[in-house]
Amino acid sequence: MARRVLPGFGLSLGYTLAYLGLIVLLPLAALAVKASGIGAAGLWKIVSAPPVFAALRLSFGAALLSAVINAAVGLLVAWVLVRYRFPGRRLIDALVDLPFALPTAVAGIALTALYAPNGWVGSWLAPFGIKVAFTPLGVLIAMIFVGFPFVVRTLQPVLEALDRDIEEAATSLGASRLQTFVRVLFPLLLPALLTGFALALARAVGEYGSVIFIAGNIPMKSEILPLVIVKQLEQFKYADAAAVGVIMLVLSFLLLLAISLLQRWSRRWAER
Amino acid sequence: MLTNLRRTLLGSLLWLGVAAAGAQAADVSLLNVSYDPTRELYKDVSAAFAAQWKKDKGDTVTINASHGGSGKQARSVIDGLEADVVTLALAYDIDVIADKGLIKPDWQQRLPHNSTPYTSTIVFLVRKGNPKGIKDWNDLIKPGVEVITPNPKTSGGARWNYLAAWGYALKQPGGDEAKAREFVAALFKHVPVLDTGARGSTTTFVQRGQGDVLLAWENEALLARQELGKDQFEIVVPSISILAEPPVAVVDKVVDKRGSRAVAEAYLNFLYTPQAQEIAGKHYYRPYDEKAAAKYAAVFPKVATFTIAEFGGWKQAQAAHFADGGVFDQLGVGQ
Repeated sequence: MARRVLPGFGLSLGYTLAYLGLIVLLPLAALAVKASGIGAAGLWKIVSAPPVFAALRLSFGAALLSAVINAAVGLLVAWVLVRYRFPGRRLIDALVDLPFALPTAVAGIALTALYAPNGWVGSWLAPFGIKVAFTPLGVLIAMIFVGFPFVVRTLQPVLEALDRDIEEAATSLGASRLQTFVRVLFPLLLPALLTGFALALARAVGEYGSVIFIAGNIPMKSEILPLVIVKQLEQFKYADAAAVGVIMLVLSFLLLLAISLLQRWSRRWAER
Repeated sequence: MLTNLRRTLLGSLLWLGVAAAGAQAADVSLLNVSYDPTRELYKDVSAAFAAQWKKDKGDTVTINASHGGSGKQARSVIDGLEADVVTLALAYDIDVIADKGLIKPDWQQRLPHNSTPYTSTIVFLVRKGNPKGIKDWNDLIKPGVEVITPNPKTSGGARWNYLAAWGYALKQPGGDEAKAREFVAALFKHVPVLDTGARGSTTTFVQRGQGDVLLAWENEALLARQELGKDQFEIVVPSISILAEPPVAVVDKVVDKRGSRAVAEAYLNFLYTPQAQEIAGKHYYRPYDEKAAAKYAAVFPKVATFTIAEFGGWKQAQAAHFADGGVFDQLGVGQ
């Protein structure tokens, strides 16, 4: 075998695999083992129960929607923070990370207090018949909150590294502002945007702490999938809980895989 | 989440406790694994017991307490949390620990009153002036009334609520299984939020202003009223309710391993002494001791009660009502 330019490949790869195995794969394997007693038929029986299916739909539906919203708003925020200079920019930049730092239970309680019908925001919405807390809308709000930083933080470095020459070139070649954005800038930003989207989505799907306070937790209406797991645990049904966990894991993995394929395609599209 | 954090902190504190116990060999420590609302009660009971033990035996006993949802706490003990004694919300949670062989099967016969040193019942907390005119269980299913209770699937307290409502319907003239099912199904149609635990429901009712009635442990309702404003809430005692019996047990496997059986048993026996019974009354738990009961008679109005025996015991109630596919699932809550 030819000598590589960079030394230490074997050692670092071995370390990487061992570390990944220990930190990521081992707990997941334990989960799979715990669930394996159930079998495929049992698994199907669990998912097809109406309350579980409703929770699954809410968890993944709200998470997807929250990630789409975060992608759109996050792109705007990242753009403003990178492209413009204004007083208080650094402060706003620091604020973006707050949802990361806040314990999720604190976030959940704060959001519930705000959006409850007697809260600051909720009391304004109540006369219009809009209920946020204790409805699926509340779930969406909490998911948007916890997923927000991901899109901004993945886009910022890419936006900063973007060469302004290409925009100037586009303009000088007669492209309108919209054309420049859609045909030149957006394709370059798309891979990072998709990464941010995937991260926000993954975080929202698994989120428990903040959502649980605002959700209302009514079966078939506002119950999220992680709560279904907690309910199984409360009945001391470890295998069933693990089975629902495995289902979440597989669905999340498929979603992330799809996004990663989309990303490769978008990169090729950008390099065209 | 919050309780997890608390438990983590507690876990690290426990290690400190273990280290300290190792340094001073004569001292004993106990771990009491309990449920959420007993925090204040066991703080006082443990202090009183430690003083008594010091006087009688000359040893210093340190009692650590862990609090959380009853089912979650039972799981921690099964998963290896070394509890010398468990003091949980319902016998079923201790039965599950016993099923794993950690506690002898006859645990409920080892102490007086089914191993229950104090009791409580399920009452209604309503807003000041009782604007919806709630007097009894059947008022809860009137149009426009919203009821707050935690989810019976995740909360021990909520199971007491559910069974209390069921028993009420069963005991009405002409009441039978079908009528009870109909009543409880109607009741849960009036529930807009199902929190995972009793404290969560109290917060939803008191702080978020949701609902007209909170179904709660009497001790929790009295505490909420005491802490959050006597002028804002009233307690309504229904015509009939369930006698909630939160039992206690020594965890045999753990005390035999740690050699702490004597002090653990003394601790639980202490709960039945007039002194501890008085403390229980102070913390809004109904004491068995006559003197303590007389002292707090004004706090606890007389209420007709039935017990879990009505449902054939906890194991049977759990299997019939709260297991997956059980009656609660068949009620179609939220549909």
